[in-house]
Amino acid sequence: MNMTLYSFTISIIQIAFILLLAPLLNGIMIKVKSRAERRVGPSIFQSFYDLRKLFKKETLRSNSSTFIFTAAPLIMIASTVVVIVISPILSTKELFNNSGDLFVIVFILLIGSMSVALLGLDAGTAFGGMGSSRAMTISSFSEPALLVSIAALSLQAKSTNLPIIVSTNLHHTSWLLSPAHLLAIIALLIVIFAEAGRIPVDNPATHLELTMIYEAMILESSGENLALVKLSEYMRFTLLICIVLNLFIPIGIDASNSWILLVVSSGLMALKLVLVSTIVALFETTQAKLRLFRVPELLAGAFVLATLAVVTEIVT
Amino acid sequence: MHQTSKPKSVDSDCFIQKQVAASELIEQSKALFDQGFRIALISAQDYKDQCYISYFFLKGNPDIRKELIVSIDKSNRQVPSLGAISFSASRFEREFYDLFGILPLNHPFLRPLVFHGNWPADWHPMAFGASEKPSTTCGPYEFPFVSVEGDGIFEVPVGPIHAGLIEPGHFRFSVVGETIVKMKARLWYLHKGIEKLFEGKTIQEGLKLSELISGDSAVAHSLAFMLALEDCLNSKVDSDVLVGRAQLLELERIYNHITDIGAMCNDVGYSMANSYAQILKEELLNLNLQITGHRLLRGGIKYQQKSTNYEVDSNQIKKLTEQFSKLINLIDQNSNILDRFVGTAKLSATEAKDLNVLGVVARASSLSVDSRYENPFVIKTPGISPITEQSGDVYSRYRVRVEEVFESLNFINNPEVANKVTVAYDSGTTKDFVRCGFGIVEGFRGTVVSRIELDSNNTIKRYKIVDPSFLNWPALSVALKDTIIPDFPLANKSFNLSYSGNDL
Repeated sequence: MNMTLYSFTISIIQIAFILLLAPLLNGIMIKVKSRAERRVGPSIFQSFYDLRKLFKKETLRSNSSTFIFTAAPLIMIASTVVVIVISPILSTKELFNNSGDLFVIVFILLIGSMSVALLGLDAGTAFGGMGSSRAMTISSFSEPALLVSIAALSLQAKSTNLPIIVSTNLHHTSWLLSPAHLLAIIALLIVIFAEAGRIPVDNPATHLELTMIYEAMILESSGENLALVKLSEYMRFTLLICIVLNLFIPIGIDASNSWILLVVSSGLMALKLVLVSTIVALFETTQAKLRLFRVPELLAGAFVLATLAVVTEIVT
Repeated sequence: MHQTSKPKSVDSDCFIQKQVAASELIEQSKALFDQGFRIALISAQDYKDQCYISYFFLKGNPDIRKELIVSIDKSNRQVPSLGAISFSASRFEREFYDLFGILPLNHPFLRPLVFHGNWPADWHPMAFGASEKPSTTCGPYEFPFVSVEGDGIFEVPVGPIHAGLIEPGHFRFSVVGETIVKMKARLWYLHKGIEKLFEGKTIQEGLKLSELISGDSAVAHSLAFMLALEDCLNSKVDSDVLVGRAQLLELERIYNHITDIGAMCNDVGYSMANSYAQILKEELLNLNLQITGHRLLRGGIKYQQKSTNYEVDSNQIKKLTEQFSKLINLIDQNSNILDRFVGTAKLSATEAKDLNVLGVVARASSLSVDSRYENPFVIKTPGISPITEQSGDVYSRYRVRVEEVFESLNFINNPEVANKVTVAYDSGTTKDFVRCGFGIVEGFRGTVVSRIELDSNNTIKRYKIVDPSFLNWPALSVALKDTIIPDFPLANKSFNLSYSGNDL
């Protein structure tokens, strides 16, 4: 079979996979949280209903907003889709040679973050500016931790190419539980929680504008724009969890270009995601949000863990 | 059942009500402040034949209440201002300037309080003979927010429309980065004119209306109304009726404190505790329904009630106490929550005292201000002092609420405590100048004080209410210095002030 066609098809499947699963996982997390608090909670499909509603609604925009107001959600969703295409989610097959480089992935994702920060500033409201300033502060703390943990992850495979790292991990299962790998994964998880705006860094469920980080930036968005931002937010979180899962428990990922394995891989990944989001939701119910000035401490901790991972790997 | 005599004999300058000349007002008030009195209420009266202002001073332990009355010349509506010696007085004065058009002379900072510019400046709704509606309307005037200037300072305006189900209030933050340099609150968006509504009402109608002054304080406000009325009429009330009232008041405190505790946790993203608090609250509201026939205890305070027969199931209270302990354990074991609560939005004892702060907020800043002990309508077991905390931060306010819930649950459940109740204050003598009465009640937010005047046929001539929120709102801005903006909702919730009780 034509390898490019196969890779291309896989990329399409990956997009569809994340597109369908991301709102569902968000629904599941809300449901789990609700049940843990002895509430009934909305249906697990609520995020789909909300998105459908938003896509139908009229988009209102402030007079002082510019083209960024419309462009930012598009850049956000585009950057997410590009990363989904080049990342190993269901298969380790690459679409283009060496396209799945971790640094590339990180910086494409940052283009998305950057565009949302600009979106927050665009309408010229106080809340949006506050949100953007906080998000960028947190980003600047999480980035070093992120880059160092990537370095730690790449040492074993001697490559920063994500598909290669994942397939190497698949053949060196002992490395998966090595201290260096565990430390790097923990650092990565902290960064993901911070970047995705989850508790304890940000509270996606709050209505208190003054405490918001992520939500403050999209307060002015409505209708289609809001739907796009929300959707890419769900997709990014799912995507990042997928990447961590493949780094940590790659078992089951399709590495041999067979359609059957791809189906198995999809099923397994969906199962893993449901499991992880349940754990995330349960973890969040036990946590309060950190004081904003404590967040840099948390991220500094992640940086230390990542550095330790590198040192451990080099020494051993 | 027995009645104690009025505990005011310690005071040498013994009076309950006294008419003073305008020129002596400042001097006399100063003397009272020096003796440790606080200004609890200032009420203007404007009738066909006379106009006067009543200044009500309070001191606790022993309970002493004094009223100074200053007559106002109807053709020259002005009175010396106490603003220079008392901050709280200055706010009362701004209130009566807006509503009655009586000018406080030499007021240090006279600017509109209730008045938002949507009626003509020379129309004073409470003044005698004022038309029911202003002849013209005009747009809101520019509110003079003090702007803070300097490098990196910017303003964050919040409200008056908020996300969530709360009343309107505008907050203007001047911040450097995340740190609040100054916060100015602008309230009084929904003036109800409720004091005006009281005029001409019968006692029963007034009682109904008083339950609606601030929805979550139905008992506190209706009890304040009833006590004021009974004080005015000099009626004797059976002590078991008073015990019943005290129980209702504590029931109100419990459900509100638990709601507040849950809400504070929700504001730091710990929705688990909030959900548990909501479950508890629901059970308490059902208990209220069982006892009084209304979930928010409306209709609990009755006029000329002969006896009370509140059957509170002690097992149910025991169960509630256990559930509440569990909730508090859940919160106290969460280090993140403690980190958010401790040290946030501190109000020092001096600041609290200077601002004449009341209730939970005052007690969290180590002031033992609690009218259940200082100016009680029933006396509980003697020797108990108000629950106070030292540091004046969010955690202290949380702690005070927790301890008060335990104490209140114990009071409701413990008939022996209740049996020791005696009638506390009885003004006894009729007043020399004006026939009026005062009600003092420790609601869950703090001390509600009210003053009533009746006509000869016992309809209400004038009813003045002071909700503790009126005196506590300025303290919120003070407590916010050096607090960061994302902590504001938490600080605000820990104060939990009423918009409705403030904007009458």
